[in-house]
Amino acid sequence: MSSVCFYFQVHQPVRLRHYTVFDENDHYFDDYKNSSICRKVANKCYLPANRLLLDIIRRFEGRFKIAYSITGILLEQLQEYSPEVMSTFDALARTGCVEFLAETYYHSLSFLYSRDEFTEQIHKHIDAIKFYFGQTPRVFRNTELIYNNELAQLIESMDMFDAIITEGADHILGFRSPNFVYKPQGCDKLKLLLKNYSLSDDIAFRFSNRSWAQWPLTADKFAKWVHNVNGNGNVVNLFMDYETFGEHQWEDTGIFDFMRHLPEEILKHPDNNFKTPGEVAKHYDSVGIIDVPHIISWADTERDLSAWLGNAMQSNAIHELYRLEKKIKQTGNEEIISDWRKLQVSDHFYYMCTKYFADGDVHKYFNPYDSPYDSYINFMNVLDSLHSRCSEKVAGGADSAKKQDKTNCILGVKPQGKNPPDLQPADQIT
Amino acid sequence: MLGWEFPPFISGGLGTACYGLTKAMDQLGMEVTFVLPKMVEGRYTTHVKLLCPGSKKFASASGFSELRNVKFHTISSPLQPYTTSETYQKLIEETLRQKHDMRLGGITSASQLVSSIDYSGDMYTEVHRYAAIAAELAEYEQYNFDIVHAHDWMTYPAGITVSALSGKPLVIHVHSTEFDRSGEHVNQMIYDIERQGMERADKIIAVSHFTRNIIISRYGISGEKVEVVYNGVERNGNWSSLTETGIKKDEKIVLFLGRITMQKGPEYFLHAAKKVLEIMENVKFVMAGSGDLMHRAIELAAELGIGQKVLFTGFLRGEDVQKIYKMADLYVMPSVSEPFGIAPLEALDNDVPVIISKQSGVSEVLMHALKVDFWDVNEIANKIIAVLKYPPLQMTLRSHGNFEVRKLRWKDSAAKCAKIYEDALLPV
Repeated sequence: MSSVCFYFQVHQPVRLRHYTVFDENDHYFDDYKNSSICRKVANKCYLPANRLLLDIIRRFEGRFKIAYSITGILLEQLQEYSPEVMSTFDALARTGCVEFLAETYYHSLSFLYSRDEFTEQIHKHIDAIKFYFGQTPRVFRNTELIYNNELAQLIESMDMFDAIITEGADHILGFRSPNFVYKPQGCDKLKLLLKNYSLSDDIAFRFSNRSWAQWPLTADKFAKWVHNVNGNGNVVNLFMDYETFGEHQWEDTGIFDFMRHLPEEILKHPDNNFKTPGEVAKHYDSVGIIDVPHIISWADTERDLSAWLGNAMQSNAIHELYRLEKKIKQTGNEEIISDWRKLQVSDHFYYMCTKYFADGDVHKYFNPYDSPYDSYINFMNVLDSLHSRCSEKVAGGADSAKKQDKTNCILGVKPQGKNPPDLQPADQIT
Repeated sequence: MLGWEFPPFISGGLGTACYGLTKAMDQLGMEVTFVLPKMVEGRYTTHVKLLCPGSKKFASASGFSELRNVKFHTISSPLQPYTTSETYQKLIEETLRQKHDMRLGGITSASQLVSSIDYSGDMYTEVHRYAAIAAELAEYEQYNFDIVHAHDWMTYPAGITVSALSGKPLVIHVHSTEFDRSGEHVNQMIYDIERQGMERADKIIAVSHFTRNIIISRYGISGEKVEVVYNGVERNGNWSSLTETGIKKDEKIVLFLGRITMQKGPEYFLHAAKKVLEIMENVKFVMAGSGDLMHRAIELAAELGIGQKVLFTGFLRGEDVQKIYKMADLYVMPSVSEPFGIAPLEALDNDVPVIISKQSGVSEVLMHALKVDFWDVNEIANKIIAVLKYPPLQMTLRSHGNFEVRKLRWKDSAAKCAKIYEDALLPV
């Protein structure tokens, strides 16, 4: 028996506007760029892919299943810029064949720097998923599949999750296969699902690569590879960016047609089926313990943190950001807290990566900056402004409450005393 | 090879480039005869052979053991590559004094010097006098060369003449154009010489794509014969004997190093300085170099009320350049139009991070540098402040930049030139 488990990562960052040291206002984000990119990706990827998958799910009457992890920061943007995408996700949620995973609301690296902030963001994300899609996620994935034993233990101690997901990196698996369910070192109940990076990347990266020996990749060929796992594994975890469909791989590469035909090819073999991560965790027992003392991720060939924290600028920026946590939260000002959290989006640090900068590569994808240095300068200018704002706000608290009311009015959102405080989706719909 | 500058007598990047290129060519075993308008001596030429036009013999054959394949011819002339006609008169006087010194120094080129006084009435005749003598020298050398390689407009007529007489292909090397030096107010005479040189050349070497585009769009030259060869940088890790200077180190130093002329954008540097000083106090701005806008730059600094924060050092050479790099926290090159720009590479080589204008050739080869539009004073100031304020930025720029500079070697430039020579020598 082998199950195919699809999970798609759906995320777009909020990009900062050009902010110099001479700027004084507190509007940090490039609304125009964010909205136009959001709409563009919605039209090229989210909408056609959602429609396609919805169609497949209906066609197979419950035998085709998928999972999404949609970041809170994208949900906010979709709500504002492309509400039609939200309704297609909602339709997917209603089929009963789609599972939503939990992650940090802001697609942040908070696990590495602040456990309080980390758990707050998870709760915030779960609330958002509950609100929009009526599901309570039971499987956790951390930003960029960043993972170690400690993370698994922390997630287990939250007592909300059945499983956690990470990269099936060679150096943690050794001779073992990613096609089984494992248990993290130091956990009792939590299960560990590992990405089959070879088969996942065949779709996500190599699909349109004409110099690849297997090109063109067809649905029946891929289904055969999946079927080969039979007898040598229980589950094939295909985890990838949702933007693979239509954005990383353009429509004219045939990626949508590939996906359209894949389910029937896979289900041709009676042994195969589709499961969501939650079902996989429930259905299969752990076959062993995976020990990951050092942090891993799904990025680049190094599978480490160097894409976000590899140089002095990156580590300086992120340390300065989290050093402000106490000060920021003391202001109690939702605007300031929300701005601070939006600065945690991991992409800001990714833009500062100098690793492959000279060669020019995937790191350039939607990168709004000419160079990592520009990105660092911009980020630090914004952080500086945020810092001075929270010093001001500690001084005059009454003023801040007033201003915040005003902003909420503009957004059509009523203030609400719920925790986490800056998530207000309910009011926008009811 | 026909050139106008060679260290230590340089006023800009041209001499540095000719030095680096010939040295690398020598190492590749190419034989170079270098014809200069001026006598060159000193430690820079110990690697080359030098031929003096007056005496028609190698000027000081004993000293040239290091590089055996480069010969030098010099022609006495007051011409300098970056002159404008206003300053030309002054230069003639200066050069005459130099010639006098040279004569006292025992160089027997009297006849040439005397005749040159009659001819040096204007730049145009000077260029042609140089051409005539170069032709004479070529004949004397019995046309014993394969290629004529001319550096910048002053040598193009000479290049054309020598090439025509000898029947050898002409390669011209464009280190800058009249549009870089003078903006839209081009000197028609120089433009005509440049254009004629480009048209007559078999191959044109541009120092960047930036310059190549100018050659194609402004001079109407077919892109097929224009190749890009980037400059390299001469590494020297020669630090030891540097003494400390009077500037206190609790002040940050932002450096402008280059000719103070319209082309280099000194006023943008000063306006940015003004903005920086509105936010930070402990910063000094050093303008190292001279040029026809120097007085106006001093006045502008005073007008902006930042006179006490801006230091003018005049033209720096040799060890002084190293000293100033050692003190600087940041190098800024706000050039309006910079065909290449070797100075930022030298700055990086000396561990000084750089901000360079996007309107420069060097921005094509440097990734690990901050880039700005020369007119965007706000952004220049923004970046200056960021570099001074955030040590991690300085550190990353410095380490990556230094590494990047190491990849730009004259050897590669020389090899590329050799390839272009081969193409030029192919029978059509």
